[in-house]
Amino acid sequence: MEKTYEGISVDVNEEGYLTDLSQWTKEVGNGIAKEEGVEMTDKHWEVINYLQEQYRNENPLNIRKVGKSGVVSIKEFYALFPNGPLKVSSRVSGIPKPISCI
Amino acid sequence: MKNILILGAGTSGTMMANHLQSKVAKKGYKITIVDQEETHYYQPGFLFLPFDLYKPKHVKKSIKKFIPKGAELINEKIDKVDKDNNQVLLQNGKAINYDILIIATGTDIAPQETQGMLGDHWHKSVFDFYTYEGAKNLRDKLREWKGGKLVIHVTEMPIKCPVAPLEFSFLSDSFFINKGMRDKVDITFVTPLSGAFTKPTATKELTYLLEQKNINIVSDFNIEQVDGKNKKIIDYGGKEVDYDLLVTIPTNMGDSFVERSGFGDELNYVPTNKATLQTTVKENIFAVGDATNVPASKAGSVAHFEAEILTENILRYIDGKELKDKFDGHANCFIETGHGKALLIDFNYTQEPVTGTFPFPSIGPMSLLKETHMNHMGKLAFKWIYWNMLIKGKHIPFVSATMSEDGKNIEKKN
Repeated sequence: MEKTYEGISVDVNEEGYLTDLSQWTKEVGNGIAKEEGVEMTDKHWEVINYLQEQYRNENPLNIRKVGKSGVVSIKEFYALFPNGPLKVSSRVSGIPKPISCI
Repeated sequence: MKNILILGAGTSGTMMANHLQSKVAKKGYKITIVDQEETHYYQPGFLFLPFDLYKPKHVKKSIKKFIPKGAELINEKIDKVDKDNNQVLLQNGKAINYDILIIATGTDIAPQETQGMLGDHWHKSVFDFYTYEGAKNLRDKLREWKGGKLVIHVTEMPIKCPVAPLEFSFLSDSFFINKGMRDKVDITFVTPLSGAFTKPTATKELTYLLEQKNINIVSDFNIEQVDGKNKKIIDYGGKEVDYDLLVTIPTNMGDSFVERSGFGDELNYVPTNKATLQTTVKENIFAVGDATNVPASKAGSVAHFEAEILTENILRYIDGKELKDKFDGHANCFIETGHGKALLIDFNYTQEPVTGTFPFPSIGPMSLLKETHMNHMGKLAFKWIYWNMLIKGKHIPFVSATMSEDGKNIEKKN
């Protein structure tokens, strides 16, 4: 399905995650962050850049990896994106949410 | 003679030795295999051991018994790989030269990675069931446990056999019903992911199981510490879950020799090409099974399919031919749901598990993503297949190394 953020139309799945990272812009990220109740700061964007870079390089993401990234500690990550930081930040980043096999 | 050195004589390493032995001798290669253990465990049985459904004798055999004639088994700990000199150093100070190295050292639990998990309460009120000791100690605990809050908990992904914690939850429900004490047990499943199911079709088809079996879900829980004294687990966001009996899947990590060798990711998994199974460490180093960082499930079926494809690629490497980028992430797993039923899933890197029949279209006899008694019989039969076919490197009829779309209800995308 399609969704529009600040005039930009993007494809999303049932849970509101972008299905194509190339459609992502900062405005789209901002729009999704608002829906998640997150007010974006420079530190937030730093995390988003890191996540997108990892995704493009096909590196699987988990909380440990973010905590060891040098960008944020796990505690800071929680403070930036409360209520499931990896799930929320992945959605803002335009990348798929972390999944298991079923 | 040139040497193919296999590190690890578990499911993957043993399969590789059996596949290669008859094929490489005539090419002038011998096989050496190193493992620190003397026992080969049937790991899928660790799910049944805590519930007294399997006995210890069902899950333990001698490693030696499955190493092919002509291959040399060395029972010793690995210190590290010296890739520049094509050498593996053992902890007894000896060095083994190799021409081709296959890393098959799997993954193990690392409870020391979580604050408070190891210590006074370990294997008393906090258990794992991913090790033989853990599963056996948990069996003894469950035999005498009077009930209370049972929490089944996943520390972080990736883990070996990602469906096992859910299966454990389902089997717990059956176990306590059969003991006539289900009303005394509160079952909660705690996961770092967004739910017990995370893929669309599985979520749609299987969510009823949790309601039917009265299993509570706590999602998005990233554990910071176990407070063993007050019997609670606490996540980085401050969320707390109380338990009387905690069954946890600790962080899973690759072998520490990988770190000592200077390659491996933050969890000691070996960087490996997901289609050829050649590592990115060096061209004569390959990896198979749970030890790799490929984005497939860490499961015996995956190792089995990988082993068939890696065997072909090792032979191509020996002959100086280009490797085939053939592995598609194929996995095939039974999921016990309790009361003599099971599900079956068959999927790969890109195809999520869907409904249908397996292995034959419309005939089955197995049903995909549906609870049936036949699937449960398949899971039980698998123990025989494992000991008699799988680790001996025999091909399992009608099941190909890459995933087949036949019999699957796949929604066609526009």
